[in-house]
Amino acid sequence: MTMIFGIPLQAFFGQLLIGLINGSFYALLSLGLAVIFGLLRVINFAHGAQYMLGAFVAMLMLQYFGINYWFALLLAPLVVGLFGAIVERLLLSRLYKLDHLYGLLFTFGLALTIEGTFRYLYGSSGQPYAPPPQLTGATNLGFMFLPNYRGWVVVVSLVVCIGTWLLIEKTKLGAYLRAATENATLVQAFGVNVPLLLTLTYGIGAALAAFAGVLAAPVYQVSPLMGSNIIIVVFAVVVVGGMGSIMGAILTGYMLGIAEGLTKVFYPEASNIVIFVIMAIVLLIRPAGLFGRDA
Amino acid sequence: MSDAIQTTATVRTERSATASKTYMAFLAIGILLLAIAPFFFYPIFLMKLLCFALFACAFNLLLGYTGLLSFGHAAFFGGAAYFTAHVVKEWGFPPEIGILVGAAGAAGLGLIMGFFAIRRQGIYFAMITLALSQMFFFFCLQAKFTHGEDGIQSVPRGHLFGFIDLADTTNMYYFVLAVFLIGMVVIWRFINSPFGMILKSIRENEQRAISLGYSVARYKLGAFVMSAALAGLAGGTKALVFQFATLTDVGWQMSGEVILMTLLGGIGTLIGPVFGAGLVVALQNYLATSQFPVTIITGVVFMVCVLLFRRGIIGEFYASRLGRKLGFEHRR
Repeated sequence: MTMIFGIPLQAFFGQLLIGLINGSFYALLSLGLAVIFGLLRVINFAHGAQYMLGAFVAMLMLQYFGINYWFALLLAPLVVGLFGAIVERLLLSRLYKLDHLYGLLFTFGLALTIEGTFRYLYGSSGQPYAPPPQLTGATNLGFMFLPNYRGWVVVVSLVVCIGTWLLIEKTKLGAYLRAATENATLVQAFGVNVPLLLTLTYGIGAALAAFAGVLAAPVYQVSPLMGSNIIIVVFAVVVVGGMGSIMGAILTGYMLGIAEGLTKVFYPEASNIVIFVIMAIVLLIRPAGLFGRDA
Repeated sequence: MSDAIQTTATVRTERSATASKTYMAFLAIGILLLAIAPFFFYPIFLMKLLCFALFACAFNLLLGYTGLLSFGHAAFFGGAAYFTAHVVKEWGFPPEIGILVGAAGAAGLGLIMGFFAIRRQGIYFAMITLALSQMFFFFCLQAKFTHGEDGIQSVPRGHLFGFIDLADTTNMYYFVLAVFLIGMVVIWRFINSPFGMILKSIRENEQRAISLGYSVARYKLGAFVMSAALAGLAGGTKALVFQFATLTDVGWQMSGEVILMTLLGGIGTLIGPVFGAGLVVALQNYLATSQFPVTIITGVVFMVCVLLFRRGIIGEFYASRLGRKLGFEHRR
């Protein structure tokens, strides 16, 4: 068997793929966090809960209405995004003039409530969600077998990340968003409805999290705890990347996912904490984060 | 941070003589109530309450008096519980030394975590402390001496100073009460010291504190270590009360709980977190027998507090007409 660094090649690429999958989710989630933080200056602790909601909505849609994966991939983000927009408009928007920490605390409470409710209704154990029939099976790449669904996750998350980046950097809506990030008062004076923009941004962020949740449902199991497990790691990703740039959030997500996967090959005991260790090192060398502008 | 977190506090220097008297009277009544409480309530419940009250007050030292929101205080509380449980059970240390080892261990952890966390401010500070405490959680999950999911069980309470048997619940209660009161005196002394005044100035305006020549980072680190040590004191004591140390105490949910206690009682009030802790612990006790999960209530209370009730119970009392009549001054 071919070996690389004393590890069988199969195992090496297998873990690299898992790293890439995790990295896709980190990238999608930290992207959403960065978009929300950029404009609202709120760290959305409920991001993990919204990710979990996405997976649950997809599963429930299948159970009760027989809506398949492909429609769920469109509908679940819409539902969760709408829910996010309502929460923002009714509650979160009251906190903007206060210290930013209150936004964090509020969304923390929101996350606890959502998670607690789903644990109450569906128990803590995970439930399976089958991948769509078009994407079952695996492809032989010559050096390894790639499960089709996992390949799809990597491709589609890349597309969504780049799409969001283009939306923010190249469209008129994105220009409004970036302008409002720099100076909301001035943008409002030009006749742009900034409160609506804020609601829209939070809705898009929540929808992105839900999209990641639907993508994740066939890979991991659908469980009420899936959100809180991932959100803390994503926070570390965000600290490493710095929230200054959208592209930075995406790249850091992939990088750290791959770093985590490779650690699993070489030193499995540390795979849980490697991202936190990287965070500590980055804080020592570059406190503002790899791509950060704001101190 | 340009706009410091909203706090309420009594201004000691401007308090009138009558207010000082009311304050002392309240204090005396409070201590008296705590002293006779075990005859009316279940002592284990009271001890749990006192441990969490001290934990919340230690946390408030950082949030209320320095303006730093730590999302990782469970590491100190639960870490100290592990340290104390380990040295008392495996090495046969007496309880008072065991608790001090727990506090010292937590202070050491605080020094390391604080060293990294104070490099960023505000929201980043909260996220970094959360991430580092999660790292400590994974360490506890895998380390040998913590026994993973089982935790350290059947920790002996031992004999205080060699002759007071703490297996007796009444003895244990008064020991815990003594630890709590010592911790509170330390906190009170600390926030009214010149060091504490500088911390408050950092909370109000960090830039100005820097321009006045204070080494802000060092003061923040000092406050962080102090807060960690006191949280450790509470955690070590809790390990002896319940005679075990488990992963629950190092999880992020615990860090969230202590924030809720402080927020509910009143950020930046000396005594507020005690009431907050009392409410949260009582609520958990009440709901423990029902099927309804505590998390939902905790989450909703969190949101309501943040939206409507940011001063907390004691903060609202100080700001109320009665509170002002009694001479408590409310400061924004």
